[in-house]
Amino acid sequence: MLSTTTRTGLVFFPAFDWAISPTHPEREERLLYTQDQVFEEGILDIDGLVEFKPDIATIEDIQRVHFCVPDETRVITKSHLISAGGAMTIGKQVLEKNIARGFALVRPPGHHAMRVVHGARGFCNINIEAMMIEYLRRTYGVDRVAIVDTDCHHGDGTQDIYWHDPDTLFISVHQDGRTLYPGSGFPHECGGPNAVGTTINLPLPPRSSEEGFLYVLENAILPILEEFKPDLIVNSAGQDNHYSDPITNMNFSAHGYAELTNRLKPDIAVLEGGYSIESALPYINVGIILALAGLDYSGIREPDYDPARLRQGPEVSRHIEKVVEEILEIWKQGPGIREENRKKRKTFQRDRRIFYDTDQIVEGQFETIRACPDCSGLLTIDSESDLGRKIFAIHIPRKACKECKEAGYKTYDSTDLRRYNSIFLQDRTSDQYFSKK
Amino acid sequence: MIIGLDVGGTHTDAVLIGDGRILRQAKVPTDHANLFDCVWTGLDKVTADVPHGTIRRAVLSTTLTTNAIAEGKFAKTGVIVSAGPGIDPSNFRIGSHYHCISGSIDHRGREIQALREREVEELARKFRAEDIRQVAVISKFSIRNPEHELKMAKILRNSCDHVVLGHRISANLSFPRRIATAWLNAAVHPVHKLFFEAVGESLKKRGLEIPIFVLKADGGTMSFESSIDVPGQTILSGPAASVMGALPFASESGDTLVLDIGGTTTDMAVLVARVPLLEPLGGEIGGHKTLIRSLNTKSIALGGDSAVRVIDGELVIGPERHGPAMAYGGPFPTPTDALFVLGKALNGDVDASRRGLRPIADQLGAALEDAAGRILDLSCRMIIAAAGRMVEGINSKPVYTVKEMLSGYKVNPVEILALGGPAPFFAPRIEKLTGIQTSAVPQWHVANAIGAAMARNTSEVTLLADTERGVAIASEEDFTQKVGRDFSRNDAMSLAFELLREKCIKAGASESELDLEVVEDNQFNMVRGFYTAGRNIRIKVQTRPGLIPEYLELARSMFNHCLLPGAI
Repeated sequence: MLSTTTRTGLVFFPAFDWAISPTHPEREERLLYTQDQVFEEGILDIDGLVEFKPDIATIEDIQRVHFCVPDETRVITKSHLISAGGAMTIGKQVLEKNIARGFALVRPPGHHAMRVVHGARGFCNINIEAMMIEYLRRTYGVDRVAIVDTDCHHGDGTQDIYWHDPDTLFISVHQDGRTLYPGSGFPHECGGPNAVGTTINLPLPPRSSEEGFLYVLENAILPILEEFKPDLIVNSAGQDNHYSDPITNMNFSAHGYAELTNRLKPDIAVLEGGYSIESALPYINVGIILALAGLDYSGIREPDYDPARLRQGPEVSRHIEKVVEEILEIWKQGPGIREENRKKRKTFQRDRRIFYDTDQIVEGQFETIRACPDCSGLLTIDSESDLGRKIFAIHIPRKACKECKEAGYKTYDSTDLRRYNSIFLQDRTSDQYFSKK
Repeated sequence: MIIGLDVGGTHTDAVLIGDGRILRQAKVPTDHANLFDCVWTGLDKVTADVPHGTIRRAVLSTTLTTNAIAEGKFAKTGVIVSAGPGIDPSNFRIGSHYHCISGSIDHRGREIQALREREVEELARKFRAEDIRQVAVISKFSIRNPEHELKMAKILRNSCDHVVLGHRISANLSFPRRIATAWLNAAVHPVHKLFFEAVGESLKKRGLEIPIFVLKADGGTMSFESSIDVPGQTILSGPAASVMGALPFASESGDTLVLDIGGTTTDMAVLVARVPLLEPLGGEIGGHKTLIRSLNTKSIALGGDSAVRVIDGELVIGPERHGPAMAYGGPFPTPTDALFVLGKALNGDVDASRRGLRPIADQLGAALEDAAGRILDLSCRMIIAAAGRMVEGINSKPVYTVKEMLSGYKVNPVEILALGGPAPFFAPRIEKLTGIQTSAVPQWHVANAIGAAMARNTSEVTLLADTERGVAIASEEDFTQKVGRDFSRNDAMSLAFELLREKCIKAGASESELDLEVVEDNQFNMVRGFYTAGRNIRIKVQTRPGLIPEYLELARSMFNHCLLPGAI
């Protein structure tokens, strides 16, 4: 009988009764063939592999991460709470040491959900990885976390949530934003003034294959992780870099995903996108599970797998080498710039427009952050959507200094409610959330 | 009249039921080395002088196949496996004649790599040379497309006695379990066939031509004839007999915990409103996880005859059994001896029990009666703890839809039913410790044989339709049909019910036993590009485990005539 070398947990929640719309890629059928493959391979009978029932996340778990407009219940469904809850279950089991590693094979996904949520973007409403991480920080005192997002689309939601947090390293490897939604994720996007360098973007050109992905892993991701020394590595395991994915242009494979998982050794993997539901997902998911469990994955391949046909051209390899060079330079310089900024004690602003493709909403945001020598700085966001909802949000970070915290409460009390539909205060030092309208 | 017979680990129980009453009952010691004799003795005792043509059926629950597996007394069996990409099939090696060949089918049942018939022919020659007469053939995803298994069987039929096809034994997905189950069915096929033919012959010699039914692990019955191809289904029928025996006395609305406290083990099961819970995929036998439809039962090595010792000042009960209780001439003190010391059990050698428990009391520094009380107490606590773990396991079973997740039913027993020899003595203590109403099943000492006698047929049919591929398959029924793009969920449902009805009647069910229900009813739109390319319909229907209508009268008379256990 098969048994794992590392005790591995699995939450499988295919939400067979939930869809964005009947023909949407994010529909009931998405994990059907994955389930068939996982069941037929007998994965759940492997000794040392444990399946858990997902927990259901609470509104408080959302409020630890997001500002939902007008409120939480209006922007989510129950399925989102189970999906986030599933990720949290795996996190809990890892931190309780019941398992060494785990995989939350859940839907709907979450990595395009930003800190402020007016609706769904890129099929995501709430950020399931961020909700898990902040829950684990609150419950188990986890501090330094690295997120490696291997979805083909830039994890712009997760990037936004951790943009100002120097204790969370966010690395996204994805198809170049000039050729794919959401159009962001360039190397120069490297974190807010207090957290320069802890956001790392590795855009890869279309048709990058196994060689390219593993090159980036070996030459950028692993060395950076080595230096950052995270307490926890989370993999946002999107599966749409696959050569058969209908909405992307990459040449990655099931074997490549398993190999990447084997070398990255994430503590927690969470499913994100991936819409080649029949030709890719069944094989990638089995590959990832086996790799996490330390089992042989060499026999996992798609019926039409042909490595020769998928090999990347030399120009693709050269391009990738350049991206890696650029990133290593940014990583090297980040801490210095960060320190410079923090000494300045001034406030920095960011003015943005955010498009919610799934729900067709446009949001205008004006963000202000204090450069603070003692903490990651008080953050305020003035946000208005074209649905006519205008809110003001105040985020007091987890390790806020006394000054930033007091300034946060003062701002909450003094902001003129007549100018906004709602005002929110998220105090992460005491895990409290306030709102008034 | 109906005969029920249950071979247990320690005793074999037989009953003859008629006119709504237990007419006869017999208890003979089980002799695992000569199972036929003890089954025959049981049958002989309850059928002596019974007039011809008055016995409607005999239902047998035996340990035959279970023992055959445990003791390695099964036929030489060849296994041929065709896997394709995925986990290396050599991990699932079973038996000494296991071979992997080429050929591959994907999750939708499409052929990815053809079967090389030459490889099968070569193995057929090899098996013949090695005198292997039983063969199991299994391909991955064969329940989606049985073509490769059918081709293998066709080649092998010329040279073997019996070929088991993986897709016929269950429509559940799990290639490793399918391999183990197919092997099992092939390996016990000859011993099962010979045994029941011998039982039939012997009855015939007595002038009794009684249709023989066997009890299955899911608590249902099937005719001996239909069991020949799936003898594996009779494995683990022992716990099923007890559960069915407790069924008439269980709550019709709440959840019931059933405890069968035997000599060596205690088996436990959960009933939800009188319906026993099944294992999701299948039972486990001798370390093999299978696709054999089984009641969800757990067993702990603790019973009335378990050895009682003191280790490092701590009382230890089980897991081994060295023989019967000292009160019955056994060599070692047991919980049953504790019952004698406490004056609860009668008709045995109380002095022997006292002698046996004395050193234990001394080591515990307690009076004899106190020590006996502690033994009973610990036995009950161990059973309760195991039952708690079982219920927790059932409640933490994952579900895959938002609806099930939110409505999540939690098992919470409102009553406990105990059967087996020590049942009436354990029941009051268990009730006290749990605060849950606990009673012994009337006729607790033969309730298992009654359960076997009264069980009705169970069958299950799974129908998968893929309208894009234009095919509907019920793999266990050897049924494949072309379907059009307009084949609907309703069409699938009526087809499934039709197949189920046929299957039940074939397995010996009478019309009055047919209580059909839907277990699974799913339809997925298969969208390719932005258009619906077809529908993937998955239907599972079954007759759930239950009792034949005659049980009503019998249960009433048992209630009226039994000793009230609390009185003892």
